Amino acid sequence: MDKLKKWLGTSDMAGIVVLALVVFVVLPGTVDIFRLNLVGKYLTYAFVAVGLVMLWGYGGILSLGQGVFFGLGGYCMAMFLKLEASDPISTKIQSTPGIPDFMDWNQITQLPIWWEPFRSLPFAILALLLVPTILAFIVGFAMFKRRVGGVYFAIITQAVALVLSVLIIGQQGYTGGVNGITDLKTMLGWDIRTDSAKYILYFANAVLLFGAIFACRAVQRSKLGTLLLAMRDKEDRVRFSGYDVANFKVFVFCLAAMLCGLGGAMFALQVGFMSPSFVGIVPSIEMVIFAAVGGRMSLVGAVYGTLLVNFGKTYFSETFPQLWLFLMAALFIGVVLAFPNGIAGLYESYVKPWLLKSKAPRDTGAPTAQVTPEATPATPPRTSAAPARALDSAPSGKQPDGVGPAVA
Amino acid sequence: MSSQDDRDDPQSASRRNFNRGMAALPLIGMPTLALANAKFPTATVNTTKLAITDTEVTVGQLHSATGTMAISETGSIQAERLAIEQINAMGGVLGRQIKIIQEDGASDWPTFAEKSKKLLVNDRVAAVFGCWTSASRKAVLPVFEKENGMLYYPTFYEGLEQSKNVIYTGQEATQQIIWGLDWVQKEKNAKSFFLIGSDYIWPRTSNKIARKHIENFQKGKVVGEEYYPLGHTNFNSLINKIKVAKPDCVYAIVVGGSNVAFYKQMKAAGLTSDKQLLLTISVTEDELLGIGGENCNGFYACMKYFQSLDNANNKKFVDAFKAKYGAKAVIGDVTQAAYLGPWLWKATVEKAGSFDVDKVAAASPGIEFKSAPEGYVKIHENHHLWSKARIGQIQADGQFKMIAESPNLIEPNPFPKGYQ
Repeated sequence: MDKLKKWLGTSDMAGIVVLALVVFVVLPGTVDIFRLNLVGKYLTYAFVAVGLVMLWGYGGILSLGQGVFFGLGGYCMAMFLKLEASDPISTKIQSTPGIPDFMDWNQITQLPIWWEPFRSLPFAILALLLVPTILAFIVGFAMFKRRVGGVYFAIITQAVALVLSVLIIGQQGYTGGVNGITDLKTMLGWDIRTDSAKYILYFANAVLLFGAIFACRAVQRSKLGTLLLAMRDKEDRVRFSGYDVANFKVFVFCLAAMLCGLGGAMFALQVGFMSPSFVGIVPSIEMVIFAAVGGRMSLVGAVYGTLLVNFGKTYFSETFPQLWLFLMAALFIGVVLAFPNGIAGLYESYVKPWLLKSKAPRDTGAPTAQVTPEATPATPPRTSAAPARALDSAPSGKQPDGVGPAVA
Repeated sequence: MSSQDDRDDPQSASRRNFNRGMAALPLIGMPTLALANAKFPTATVNTTKLAITDTEVTVGQLHSATGTMAISETGSIQAERLAIEQINAMGGVLGRQIKIIQEDGASDWPTFAEKSKKLLVNDRVAAVFGCWTSASRKAVLPVFEKENGMLYYPTFYEGLEQSKNVIYTGQEATQQIIWGLDWVQKEKNAKSFFLIGSDYIWPRTSNKIARKHIENFQKGKVVGEEYYPLGHTNFNSLINKIKVAKPDCVYAIVVGGSNVAFYKQMKAAGLTSDKQLLLTISVTEDELLGIGGENCNGFYACMKYFQSLDNANNKKFVDAFKAKYGAKAVIGDVTQAAYLGPWLWKATVEKAGSFDVDKVAAASPGIEFKSAPEGYVKIHENHHLWSKARIGQIQADGQFKMIAESPNLIEPNPFPKGYQ
């Protein structure tokens, strides 16, 4: 028991293992398929939150337009599913059978040429990963190479979100407009609406999410991760050390965009439709809130944050249909005021010391010595976030050196 | 748990409830309760495990209580609650009181889909009264078809849809458009039309039907067709185009907040009702609250219901509505259509003698509602309503004065031939 406690307190793998237990064992074992499907939906947003931890927490780049990439990924998947659902037999009531129903309502008589490739699943999968990445590359390259950053970059991502949602809503003959792409039924003949399909999709989604977490963790532990942190805290120093800062920023922005695209595609599969309401400004900001509540420095925290916010949303809106928005607002304001580093920060400053302290009499090793001074930081969020990070990587031993000067 | 347990469960549970009910209820409650149980035992009226006991039946209500659509959907929420309250006061449905579970769609289509699933799968509601925009209906439709639920949808909409699992209590496009266009052609001698709309599926489809009717059947002319995004507020260029084109009639399907800007700017530009004929299918008493009757008085709207309709059913309805929600409450076309939902469902359940969705769906065609505020309605085989069309003229006080009424009920035709 003590051993377990110590391991929980010191290893950064512990958080991931606990989350895996929750996602793979506890939730499927305790909730019914309807709720599990909802959890699956929340976990698709977690891809965005994990991407934001890399982009915002590590890279220091706040994007308020992540919904764009989530939407693009979702639309790529939805287009494939819609074409499969629009075979000539099931659409024979239309004036032009064989095209998606919303095209028929908009007097389009032939499938637009850029829809054609989406008949192929491999193409759709490639597209849902690459389309968001390429857009992120274009936006990122144009901005970061010109050294546009901070709040200006956040505003530009908002503009991109607005432009894309206006575009999708306006071109309703090609995109389904404000209704979105609805009534998705099968993937390669496999009915995605059945309970068994929901289970399979849930687990597939969870496996992909953990894949994403491990990939991001690898980036964090590499030299690249250290550079990202350094860049966040003292961009000029990194630049004067001979690094091209813009390239790192473009990379992390593309990485976050690709994760969003993956999340969007899993959303379309599990929920059975895609709508422009994910692309706009409000949902994009909501996604930032997920990461903020979870703790923007912690990959695992971001997933918990996403789950907590969405559970709250569902629970409050089911229980208090008239009041729930106020309760959600209270939750956000409360978290930001009380725990500026989110759920992960809470764990770092209260749970972890407790786990280690009970161990202290027998083992007065280095970890305790490192933790205690940092457990009570009265510093502003920006600097107090960095020690948390330093603590994370403490066992690996070499990174605090890289981070230390940057923090100071 | 064995299947034997499953089969025994409802009966023993109902007997328990029945006994408890007998003990707890005052004497007056006993005869109706006993009657209901004897005549309609839960095991026979509910073979699909819906949330129904011997004394209660649960239904869902799914509208936007928050977000941009809340202002439009509040009327529907109120009307459905009023109808359910009145039905409960009359003794309920098959002797069971109706209990409402309300969910908030939050003006967000994915949320509508999530909540509809919750109502059908978790709460096992017998019917759902809800949705307003086409987008929300499109989002929930696959859920209702997959989980076999029953939706009563109140809004006039674009047609091109028909489902076993939906009863459309509003007008589909042809019921609202064709008779109104014929009326302006005959009575106002309109030959050229300028079509305008907000840019989404309902105005676009409606204008498509209007254009086909004007060009192919009336042999008239469409001199312009323009669309603006939802929420658009600058209509000056459009108004200039109308001035240049000089149409006999402006046919307007502008929705929501854009209406306010559109009619105020029309008035500012001097295009008032004495100079320009305008027919709309998107302005009800609810919208007039925002626009202000004085900004558009004299223009015409084609609807199936106006609050000012002069008949005994409507007087009773308006009085009850105002008694519950205040003397200043207004009732638009959709609010009335929402009020029909629970009544039609009650009549259908009683005809079917069952709450089962399949039986309710099958029993729906031919159901009449004689005390409807709009007069009389009947469910068609395609699950839409037979109803009349009416022309109302906007008054400065924000009400309509009925000018004309179709002589017969108009048949719903969601897939009109020749208009595609």
